[in-house]
Amino acid sequence: MQAADRLIALAIIAMSTYFMIHAAALPIGWNGATGGPGAGAFPFWLSLVMALCAGGILIRSFGKENFGDRFFVEGSIRPVAAIAIALLVTIALMPFAGAYVALALFMIWHLKFHSRHGWTLTGILTGGTLVFLFFFFEVTLKILLPKGWTEPLFIPLYAKFF
Amino acid sequence: MEVLSLLGQGFATSLTPVNIMIVVLGVTAGLFIGAMPGLGSVNGVAIVLPLTFIVPPASAIILLAAIYYGAMYGGAISSILLGIPGASTAVATTFDGRPMAQQGKAGLALIAAAVASFVGGTVSIVLFTIFAVPLADLALAFGPAEEFALVLLAFTTFVGLGGDDVLKTIIMICLGLVLSTVGLDLISGQPRLIFFDQPGFYSGISFLVLAIGVYGIGEVLHTIETTRDGQTVTPARLTLRELGAGIKLMVRLWKTMSLGSVMGFFVGMLPAAGATPASLMAYGIAKTTSKEPETFGKGNIEGVAAPETANNSASTGSLLPMLTLGIPGSPTTALLLGGMVMWGLVPGPMLFVEQPDFVWGLISSLYTANFAAVVINIALIPLFVWALRMPFSVLCTMVLVLCIVGGFAPSQKLHDVWLILGFGAAGYLLRKAQYPLAPLVLALVLGPLMEKSFRQTLISEQGNVLAFVERPLSGLFLLIATIFFLMPIVSAWRKRQDFRKLAPGE
Repeated sequence: MQAADRLIALAIIAMSTYFMIHAAALPIGWNGATGGPGAGAFPFWLSLVMALCAGGILIRSFGKENFGDRFFVEGSIRPVAAIAIALLVTIALMPFAGAYVALALFMIWHLKFHSRHGWTLTGILTGGTLVFLFFFFEVTLKILLPKGWTEPLFIPLYAKFF
Repeated sequence: MEVLSLLGQGFATSLTPVNIMIVVLGVTAGLFIGAMPGLGSVNGVAIVLPLTFIVPPASAIILLAAIYYGAMYGGAISSILLGIPGASTAVATTFDGRPMAQQGKAGLALIAAAVASFVGGTVSIVLFTIFAVPLADLALAFGPAEEFALVLLAFTTFVGLGGDDVLKTIIMICLGLVLSTVGLDLISGQPRLIFFDQPGFYSGISFLVLAIGVYGIGEVLHTIETTRDGQTVTPARLTLRELGAGIKLMVRLWKTMSLGSVMGFFVGMLPAAGATPASLMAYGIAKTTSKEPETFGKGNIEGVAAPETANNSASTGSLLPMLTLGIPGSPTTALLLGGMVMWGLVPGPMLFVEQPDFVWGLISSLYTANFAAVVINIALIPLFVWALRMPFSVLCTMVLVLCIVGGFAPSQKLHDVWLILGFGAAGYLLRKAQYPLAPLVLALVLGPLMEKSFRQTLISEQGNVLAFVERPLSGLFLLIATIFFLMPIVSAWRKRQDFRKLAPGE
C-alpha cells in the first residue's frame, strides 16, 4: 500500500509538472492591461498546489510505519487487468473494424470465454445489443458509429432506414 | 401562495402523458440501477445521460431526476436482499436490513425502506418547494465575486467536512479545476493545455467523459475486484396483509422519520456531505435516541427507516443549491448540472426568471417521481429479487458497452472514448489509494464558472483583489470558506494537544 501511495504521489508530481510546462507557455502572472491573471495562471498555480500536496503525501509516507497491507488483493489484479486490456483492444479496433465488430468481439470474449456463459446467452445478448445500438443511435438519433472496413455492409441498411 | 400557483403550472407540464411516461420509465430504470450492487444514482445518471438526447431537454432532465430518485429507492433492495449496499448511500440500510432479511422478514424490511424513502422524499420536496424561491431571489443579487466565493465555499466543504485525507482532497479539487481549463481560454481565446498536440483537446474535456470514465468504467473495475460470485439472494415474499402491517409499524416511527427527513435535507445541501453521511448520521441519531439501542444491528425496523428517509431526503436537498445557485450538492447533481448546461439551460437564479415552466415542471415532477417510485418499488419487488440473480458479468458487459458507445455519441470523437478509458483506469487506481472522486467531478463541472467569475471580477474592479472581501455577501462566503479550510488544521492541533495530555511523561 505504501509503495503504491508513493508511486501515485510521484505520478501526480510528474503530471503536475507536465501541466505547468504547458501552462507556462501562456502568461501566468498578473496581466496589468486587463487587470487580473493571464490565461495560464489558473492551470499553472493549481498544478503547483497539486504538486506540493503530492510532495506532502510523499514526505509523510516516510514518517509512517509500513503496515504491510497490499494495494492489490491476492488474485484480484488479473480480472481487472483482463477487462482493461480487452477494452483497450476494443477501442483500438473501432476505427478499423468498426464499432459493431469491435463491440461484438468484446462481448463474445467477455461473456463466453471470460465469464463462461453459454453460447445461447452470449448470442442473444450480443445480437440484441448490436441491434439496439443500431436503431437507437443511428436510426433514431442519427449518430453514426464508426464502421471502418464494414462500411459497405451497412449501405443496404442505410438505404432502408434513412 | 404564489408558490402554489407556480407549482400548479408545473404540474400542468409534468402531468402530460409523455412526461408521466418518462417519469415511470426513469424511476423503473433507476430502481434497477440502484438495486444492482456496484451501481448507484451517480453511475446510472452518468451512463444514461448520453442516451437522453432522444427526448427534448426538459424531458431529459425529468428523466434523469427520475432515475436519480429511483436509484435512491433501489439502493435499499440489495442492501436488504444481498447484504451488500446497492449504492454507497444505502450502506447504513444493511446494518439492520440484512439481519431482518435473515430472520425471514425481508418483505417487511423492503416495505419499511420503501415507505421511509417515500416519507423522506415527500418531506424534502415540500422543503425544496418552500426554500427554492427565497434562495433563488437571494442569488439574483449575486455578481461574479459572489459566484466565485460560493464555488470556493463549495470546495472547502470537502476539505472541512469531507472526512477524507486533506492533501488528497486538495489534489483532486486542483486536478478537476486544471482539467476544466483544457481547451480555449474563455477570456483571451488562447489555446491552453493541448496535450501532445491532440486536436481533440481544443474543445476541452467534457464532464461527461470524466463521469463515464470514473463512474462507469472505474466503478465496473472496482466492482469486479471487490465482489465475489456466490452471493445468496434472500427470498422475499410480499402479501397485502404484510403491506398493511408494515405501514402500521411505520406510522409509529414518525418521529424517527421526520427527524431523518429534515436532517437529511440540510446535510444533502452541502457539497461534501450528501446522502451517504446523512443516512449514517440518521442511523446514529435513531440508535442513540432509541429506548432499546441494543436491538440496533440485529434487525430493528427503525434502523432501516432512519437511513432510508435521510438518504432520499438528502438527494432532494442536493438538488436545491444546484437549481437555485448553480452549485451542485453532490456528484449526481453535478452531472445533472452538466447535462443542463449541455442542453442550453443554465442552472441558477436566472433559470427561475427565464424558464419558470421548466423549473416548476421539474419540481412538480419530483412529486410524481416520488409517488411513482414507492408504487413501482413495492409492486416490482418479485422482479427485483429475480433481477438480483443476474450474474455481474452480464451486467458489467452491458455497462461497458454503453460506456463506450455513450462516450462516443455526444461528440462523435474516438478521442473522447480513449479519454474515458484513461479516466476509468486512473479513477480506479486513485479510488484504491483513497483519493476522493466526488471533488474531482465537481471541480471539473464548476471549474469554468470559478475561473470566469474570478477573472471577470478582477477585470471589472481593475485588478483590485480586495473586491472579493469588500462585498458583504462574498466576504461572508469567503469567511465561512476559510473556517472550513482551517477545520482539519484545528482538529489536528487539538488531537495533538489531547495526545500530550495523555502522555505527559514524554
